[in-house]
Amino acid sequence: MSVSVKRDQPDAEDNAAKREQTDGEGGATVEDPGAQRGSIGVDSWVAQSGERRDEGAGWRRVLAAAEARLGWWPRLALVAIAGLIFAQLSTNVNIQTVAFNSLLYALLAMGLNIAVGWSGLLDLGYIASFGFGAYGYAIFSSTALGTDGSGGSHLPAIESILIVVAAAGVVGAVLGLIALRVSGDYFAIVTLFVGQAFFEVANNVDPGTFGGVNGLFGLDPLHSFGVTVTTPLGYYYVALGMCVIVAAGLHLLDTSRTGRAWRALNDDELAAQAMTLSVNKLKVMAYAFATMIGALAGTLFAAQQDNVFPTNFTANILILIYACLVLGGVGSIAGAILGGLVVTVAENMLGSPTDAAYLFYGLIIIALIAKVRPWRRLGWVVAGVIGFGYAMHAIVGAIVPSATAGHPGSPGWIGSALKGYVIVPSNPQNFGNALYLALIVGLVAIVRLRGIKQLIAVIITIYVAACCWEGRLIVNPAITTQIMLGAILIVTMAARPYGLLGKHRVETV
Amino acid sequence: MALLEIDKLSLAFGGLRAISELDIEVNENEIVSVIGPNGAGKSSVFNVISGIYKPSSGDIRLGGESIVGRKPYRIARLGIARTFQSLRLFQNMTVKENVKTATYGNTKASPPESILRLPRARREEREVDAVATEVLSFFGERLAGYRWDQPAYSLSYANRRRLEIARALATRPRLLMLDEPAAGMNPNETLEIAELIGRLRDELSLAILVIEHDMHVVEGISDRVVALDHGVKITEGSFEAVATHPAVVEAYLGRDPEALAEA
Repeated sequence: MSVSVKRDQPDAEDNAAKREQTDGEGGATVEDPGAQRGSIGVDSWVAQSGERRDEGAGWRRVLAAAEARLGWWPRLALVAIAGLIFAQLSTNVNIQTVAFNSLLYALLAMGLNIAVGWSGLLDLGYIASFGFGAYGYAIFSSTALGTDGSGGSHLPAIESILIVVAAAGVVGAVLGLIALRVSGDYFAIVTLFVGQAFFEVANNVDPGTFGGVNGLFGLDPLHSFGVTVTTPLGYYYVALGMCVIVAAGLHLLDTSRTGRAWRALNDDELAAQAMTLSVNKLKVMAYAFATMIGALAGTLFAAQQDNVFPTNFTANILILIYACLVLGGVGSIAGAILGGLVVTVAENMLGSPTDAAYLFYGLIIIALIAKVRPWRRLGWVVAGVIGFGYAMHAIVGAIVPSATAGHPGSPGWIGSALKGYVIVPSNPQNFGNALYLALIVGLVAIVRLRGIKQLIAVIITIYVAACCWEGRLIVNPAITTQIMLGAILIVTMAARPYGLLGKHRVETV
Repeated sequence: MALLEIDKLSLAFGGLRAISELDIEVNENEIVSVIGPNGAGKSSVFNVISGIYKPSSGDIRLGGESIVGRKPYRIARLGIARTFQSLRLFQNMTVKENVKTATYGNTKASPPESILRLPRARREEREVDAVATEVLSFFGERLAGYRWDQPAYSLSYANRRRLEIARALATRPRLLMLDEPAAGMNPNETLEIAELIGRLRDELSLAILVIEHDMHVVEGISDRVVALDHGVKITEGSFEAVATHPAVVEAYLGRDPEALAEA
């Protein structure tokens, strides 16, 4: 009996409150019950649980607090100042060129971010805008418009860049109008065609003007207002200036009605329409803006290289630009810049055997320090890697002397140091291929196993990786670069699924 | 003349008639509830009004002007705002940004103006900020200031429903359409949302069209109730009249076999 009374009570109260409420004129003027006020404190406690969790101990906390205080503009200023300090310190022309390239990719990634990161348009033809800008600059700054290899327009850089970027905006808008008749994956496929079409046009149409396979060369350097930029450092400064201006402009756009609208239609197109957003117009605008920034980067690229070839604008470069954006964090301007820097520097280091070795072993050491805790266990793993290696080398060397007859592929002191450690046969090709497969098995084992078995798998895999690297990978830098870049991307994305500076996202289904 | 006039509206998906010959009117300053069992066509009515579906025949007029065939964003700019039955927030944007985004149709600054922060862009941005603050403060402590910079996905379910209403209000509507505003809310929250809907009518002079399953809410807020079943209007009138109408009872509960046998 008492049970049924208890169960009925809330209903009765509810109805009473309801009646009380409906007694008001029109039925909805009664204050809400006081009981709710008490729950609000609990609500905010829950809401702030994320912040409490993020508060680490010691230096992490200090760093996080400092970062939170620093606004967007001071951060941009700090990055710009760091860029200027780098320029003052650097004397090496190669490093300056790498620095220029990283800014170029940062610029490209920022442009791509408008379409992919903000508006949610998977633009696989973005490379065409880069090419359009480069060829545009080349045509106005060479003999292409002249006859028989002389004459031509030779416009000042400021004029040709403005013309090319404006034209890119128009072309982008027109292509956008056509491509955006389809959406989602279909849009991606149509833009893929746009990218390929650009390559074919540059390659095959009117070789007299566009140069065909031979490209256009002997371009004027950047020259305007009586200044001509010729040195790598000069181009670096120009690229730095452009990056800072574009980043600032995009940030201002991001925080305006247009930026908000772009991000809204990425989240939910249907809701965006119902909230007064002209979805199609906004998409065309986003596509045009992305094209304009890609073209701007293209003009800079052409001027610095002083030539352009169709092969500069293939899918490989597009993949690199995407790598920059994804690694840095889709949707983030800072991420695009950081991604451009990391990918370009990594790609460059991987091209030189010495730097590649530093990068390879450095990453292994960093990964061990970051992932193996506590220190005692890390000590055991390091000791295990060293001990296991020398033991294997001794055993294998004793049984099959020719198996350890080769020299490690790394040049300099790393190679010498590893001489008695890694197993490198006199002809490492087949052995290296087998090791490569073993390495993949080892990586899978690390992911799948737990506890002591996992530690053993880590030790063996690191040793296999070292042998494989010294015997096989470093011998073919071109292929290794791609594999390593892919590996870096996979590992980073596994550790930070939203990129280095990306924010957590949820998808609306 | 009523603010919203739905005139002999029909909607068919192939051979399936979702709505047939439906007439509904909503006056200024009036709350009209649409009730009916699942699949009665209530949400379809909303989707036709907001331009997501095109009607097969009939007319919809807002303030005497036909809106049939216009794009959803045009209809929203004319003053019809809505919420969705399955929440459709801009999940990855902050609470305040969600509301600010809905002012897009009422602002004009072009991208270059925004980038250079020219006077019009600055003025509009100040206005947008004021609108967002005003609309959000309507919800009191539920959407209090400390939540404004949190992403929408971090809100509780009930707060997401509130934010969706706030976002709809930011479009400066004349007619607000709420699709099950109390769905998934506990009794306290349900009471609060009913009170809020009343305040929207009284303080903002809005015309409101509500789909709701919770009969307490319907009873509490409605000036008029329209009952649908199988896309046809069964009856219309005060809550008491509609709730006791035999056809409505039948639509919800089916016919009493004994009563049938006696008849």
